[in-house]
Amino acid sequence: MSNVGIVIVSHSPLVAEGTADMVRQMVGEEVPLAWCGGNSEGGLGTQVGAIMDAIEEAWSDAGVAILVDLGGAETNSEMAIEMIGEPRSGRIVICNAPVVEGAVMAATEASGGATLKQVVATAQELSPA
Amino acid sequence: MTETSLDLSALITACADTIAAHADELTALDQAIGDGDHGLNMRRGLEGVRADAAAIAAKPLPDALKAIGTKLVMTVGGASGPLFGTFFMALGKELPAEPGRAELNAAFAKAVDAVAARGKSQAGQKTMLDVLYPVAQALAAGSTAADIAAAADRAAEATVPMKATRGRASFLGDRSIGHMDAGARSSALLVRSVAEALGGNA
Repeated sequence: MSNVGIVIVSHSPLVAEGTADMVRQMVGEEVPLAWCGGNSEGGLGTQVGAIMDAIEEAWSDAGVAILVDLGGAETNSEMAIEMIGEPRSGRIVICNAPVVEGAVMAATEASGGATLKQVVATAQELSPA
Repeated sequence: MTETSLDLSALITACADTIAAHADELTALDQAIGDGDHGLNMRRGLEGVRADAAAIAAKPLPDALKAIGTKLVMTVGGASGPLFGTFFMALGKELPAEPGRAELNAAFAKAVDAVAARGKSQAGQKTMLDVLYPVAQALAAGSTAADIAAAADRAAEATVPMKATRGRASFLGDRSIGHMDAGARSSALLVRSVAEALGGNA
């Protein structure tokens, strides 16, 4: 399967997992999907290592779109992409979109075989320019 | 500062001790205008570095600094991880194995720029940069270690009246005014720890 993969990163593991459940309900197993959330002690937060693992889990040669909630999730995701390194880092994009709606929209687009660029654009239509 | 006078293990201990001693204060500052995890996050990161101190100190200085940065990135668990981590990784990339003061000044300035790029931020937004830039200036001006530590403390204090326009505190708008930025405070604490440990060598 070469559909674009989706990664959900939230400070809260409950939000991340719940978002992933909503995505699965929409697209079933058509789209590689992974989520992560929380710090290493079970509290709220995001971890670079966990994000890297989630990207690996959802990896697709078509690329991976990441949906994040608040600032630290974005900064840690940027760091994770950098640490994964070239050439794969060029096929991983963080969407500027709300995490729940963005993940569902991105995954729906991805399930139809859209390119990474199309998937990201669809999620970002949710954010005012 | 010369290679022979630099005891990296002692520096790591000093920094980790300081952050541990001030973790509650940092968390309280962050609770006022952020998400209240800065003290715990920084302590987790510095304890991670402390656990690897012997291995880190055995490396050449540039590699040791990169290892410290990577450890912080992987263990802090908040935006501070990539921000502080990027600082040390950039410092390691820029510094030669046996830096003189001029090379330290130049590398420090580039590391601060790397933090600004990572955070997509700039001076005056009530962040750690509001301490790091004045410290870079004090370094460039040839200040003593004690003066640099004092400049860092003053700079952290100067974030109190600022309005946050970057980071979680920016959600609060004007209500962010009147509180010291937690990242500015932790930056000043680390600068003071390093300055005091290096003392007359800096």
